[in-house]
Amino acid sequence: MFDLIKKLTGAVGVSGNEEEIRELIIQEIKDYVDEIRVDALGNLIAVKKSKGKKIMVAAHMDEIGLMVTHIDEKGFLRFSTVGGISRFDSIGQRVRFKNGTVGAVYYEDKLEDMKDLRFSKMYIDIGASNREEAEKSVKIGDTACFAGEAVKQGDMVISKALDDRSGCAVVVKAIKDLPQTDNEIYFVFTVQEELGLRGAGTAAYSIKPDMAIAVDVTMTGDTPESHAMEVKCGRGPAIKIKDRSVICHPQVRKLLEEAAEKNGIPYQLEILEAGGSDPGSIHITAGGIPSGAISIPCRYVHSPVETASLKDIENAARLLIEAIKA
Amino acid sequence: MLLKELTELNGVSGNEDEVREFIKKEALLHATEVKVDSMGNLICYKKGKSSEYKIMLSAHMDEVGFIVTGYKDGVIKFSPIGGIDERILPGARVLVGDKKIPGVIGSKPIHLQDKEERGNNIKLKGMYIDIGADNKEELERLTSPGDYIAFYSKYTEFGDNCIKAKALDDRVGCAMLLEILKESYQFDLYACFTVQEEVGLRGAGVAAYTVNPDLAIVLEGTTCSDVPDVNEHEYSTVMGQGAVLTLMDRTSYPNKKLVEFIYNTARENNIPVQYKKTTTGGNDAGKIQLTRGGVVVASISVPCRYIHSPVSVMSKKDFESCLNLVKKVLDKLSGDASLIGSFKD
Repeated sequence: MFDLIKKLTGAVGVSGNEEEIRELIIQEIKDYVDEIRVDALGNLIAVKKSKGKKIMVAAHMDEIGLMVTHIDEKGFLRFSTVGGISRFDSIGQRVRFKNGTVGAVYYEDKLEDMKDLRFSKMYIDIGASNREEAEKSVKIGDTACFAGEAVKQGDMVISKALDDRSGCAVVVKAIKDLPQTDNEIYFVFTVQEELGLRGAGTAAYSIKPDMAIAVDVTMTGDTPESHAMEVKCGRGPAIKIKDRSVICHPQVRKLLEEAAEKNGIPYQLEILEAGGSDPGSIHITAGGIPSGAISIPCRYVHSPVETASLKDIENAARLLIEAIKA
Repeated sequence: MLLKELTELNGVSGNEDEVREFIKKEALLHATEVKVDSMGNLICYKKGKSSEYKIMLSAHMDEVGFIVTGYKDGVIKFSPIGGIDERILPGARVLVGDKKIPGVIGSKPIHLQDKEERGNNIKLKGMYIDIGADNKEELERLTSPGDYIAFYSKYTEFGDNCIKAKALDDRVGCAMLLEILKESYQFDLYACFTVQEEVGLRGAGVAAYTVNPDLAIVLEGTTCSDVPDVNEHEYSTVMGQGAVLTLMDRTSYPNKKLVEFIYNTARENNIPVQYKKTTTGGNDAGKIQLTRGGVVVASISVPCRYIHSPVSVMSKKDFESCLNLVKKVLDKLSGDASLIGSFKD
């Protein structure tokens, strides 16, 4: 599982720019599904055909990042954020563009108080000496994500983009390991989740499934002085009760809880007070779609050092398989 | 160019009738079929030589404004409709209701304000509209709660090819769209004049659902902040530097291949073009992009300084750049219709 996570988190796939990660996932799954298609927004939809219930499984491919909006005369790049990035988490980070260009994120020297830090006072330095040189490797509109390889330490993995490449890894694993079932399953790797759950809604509209289960990360309450939250790393995947975008359908929740109980898979229940997830747009699409989610407990979400338990991720895959094969 | 006529009409969100009637009359001269949907969107269909592809062009008819909420003594209390910077309001001239009763936005005079009030901006709740009435009875005779209120501002040409008007956002789009309707293309064209953009992109999604297009381009008036005391990297757009393409905003991430195609089309034809450097704000593309199974979208806009005010300013040259660019793009898509399907990933 770690190798798959390392591979998937390594790809650059800032929201709206999911080409590279999508291609990587296609290569992983193409021998295990009956049909693969990419829709107008870029969602990757892989189908295991059958005559039974239509189930949609969703994990988002995109990650947060930065977009170049201006290149100054001296070759420094100004940027906008794509998705929810903390300005403080960004200071001193390396970011990587799709073509391999790496930049250092820093802030204007004259800033006296960190409280006044704004993205408009920050820039990316790619080591270019002027605008012309910078434009050889980067153009306006290009996006970059945090750089850095996934690291395994004991049971924990530290990486950028565990949100939601760890979910993608779970779905890829499920595609490979799923036994024969009567259900027709649509595995959807969605786009633009970080910009407002956008891809999941259009994918759900074209699939019109009977039920949907998303796999994404959730926050935890197990770090020093953390916000109170029951979810902890290493205690098993979480079954979502609600977040800011969805109250999960009781039957989907029940299905997941029963699958966990029956198969002895450890699980926790998740109530996420901030943030939304793909079921938020899926459940109100096309007349309404019962939706739920399996969440991977993850510390420091949206930072370059997202941290999660490999055992939780493994168990999330087991839980997903048990839930959708029935 | 019908900008004078279009900007002097009133069409505050939810009350687009006057604008719609004017556009409808013009559109009927060129469209194959014209329909108004239940929300008030005006959908003008122009049949193409082939019906294999449908392209939707949209511009919103509505503008920001106000609504009468009640009365206090001899003046009108009001609420804003759409995003308005309240600091620009004191002293603004307005027209109230269908009878277009002239009024002015007033507030407590400066010599009666205490020290603290003077140091701060007057808040919206401290403002009122004065239509010269003596008392509440007269106000009630002339107006009614729920009456729409629009900025009053004459279209004026000045300076080097510049225009001052209210509602350039988005009558510039409407004016371009009416020009485009005169053309005929290989594909089916749906020119959609949408409603209620300023209160949350409400009409466009409904129109896109009905049209179910293969590709959509939104024509807009967008912010322009190339003014003193703004850093160059914070300029959203620059007046006079041509048609504006959106890379990303709060509501949409336009299709990259389509945006690049439009940018290249501009360069090939020596049409001034620029990218919008800020990613705030949003427009109808956001709703259209997410309609049904997803739609390939892009936005082409005219830079407008002091947008959402009675004195928006734009350059006629930018308008020409935008219109030329849209035409060239449509010509190219018409010349090779297979391009239309090629932007999907």
